[in-house]
Amino acid sequence: MAPKTTRNPDLIRGIGKYSRSKMYHKRGLWAIKAKNGGKFPHHDPKPKPTDASEKPPKFYPADDVKKPLVNKRKPKPTKLRSSITPGTVLIILTGRFKGKRVVFLKQLPSGLLLITGPFKINGVPLRRVNQSYVIATSTKVDISGVSVEKFDDKYFSQKAEKKKKKKGEGEFFESEKVENVLPQEKKDDQKSVDAALIKSIEAVSDLKTYLGARFSLKSGMKPHELVF
Amino acid sequence: MPFKRYVEIGRVALVNYGKDYGRLVVIVDVIDQNRALVDAPDMVRTQMNFKRLSLTDIKIDIKRVPKKKTLIKAMQEADVQGKWEKSSWGRKLIVQKKRASLNDFDRFKLMLAKIKRGGIIRQELAKLKKEAASS
Repeated sequence: MAPKTTRNPDLIRGIGKYSRSKMYHKRGLWAIKAKNGGKFPHHDPKPKPTDASEKPPKFYPADDVKKPLVNKRKPKPTKLRSSITPGTVLIILTGRFKGKRVVFLKQLPSGLLLITGPFKINGVPLRRVNQSYVIATSTKVDISGVSVEKFDDKYFSQKAEKKKKKKGEGEFFESEKVENVLPQEKKDDQKSVDAALIKSIEAVSDLKTYLGARFSLKSGMKPHELVF
Repeated sequence: MPFKRYVEIGRVALVNYGKDYGRLVVIVDVIDQNRALVDAPDMVRTQMNFKRLSLTDIKIDIKRVPKKKTLIKAMQEADVQGKWEKSSWGRKLIVQKKRASLNDFDRFKLMLAKIKRGGIIRQELAKLKKEAASS
């Protein structure tokens, strides 16, 4: 592209060399106006489709109601670290399961990683983790027999609880206890995933005990020099 | 106690500092009190401070500042690489390198193997102790 040149060079910032009327002639606007019969050509804005169901308001609001700005920005999908591929053994660094070695299944649309212990081996259920809280090892498990299509972010979202009614004084103390049990179908999902996974894990010797053991730093281990 | 390793032409040394760290070089000339001219098959002949060189037991028979070709030939005839890898110093370095390259699963398997070895040793020791006690 040719560099953009102006017909009206700046004298100082904000003040051009030529006046507005001089620029009008220099830009040739008069020619455009003459060609279109004394008017600048312009596109009429399309008439908005009138919504019949929407009644006109009975009164105008006294104050201006500010409309939120249109934000068209869509966040980019999270990049998966190149060392993490389906089947990679990960070491979890934080939380309840820290130090556990788990198997990575797939990346969910939200960017979180779907993992499983498997639950049978080390007690880590099907779970989502952020990839910044894991170390990827170079060990891989064959997960070709595992079907993970049904798992998405919605699967893990909590069901919205009903709003609690206001209680009387007597009821205040005898708060009802809602038992928080895992639904049977989730247990079945865990079982079906684990069954296929454990078969491929047992094919490699020592891998089962490896996944069952926690990772921890021992004296003399320098984490920045370790190869995982 | 006399010295066993001398700075001399044909002495093989290990570089212990700088970008050539860990490389086996041959001293082909002594420049002054501090520096030697060193050469190896896969490097350009350079001068190097003696502080950066650790002398090894290996010495090859070469003339002062030989051509690359004759140097390589002399090194192969003396089997420098083989001798180095058989020496305890060289073996130690190989083990070190190997250990550093182990991944997490390999380290775990190593740990299991060590436990197994310990168990066998303990069993054998118990057997010997029993024998010693009974006799």
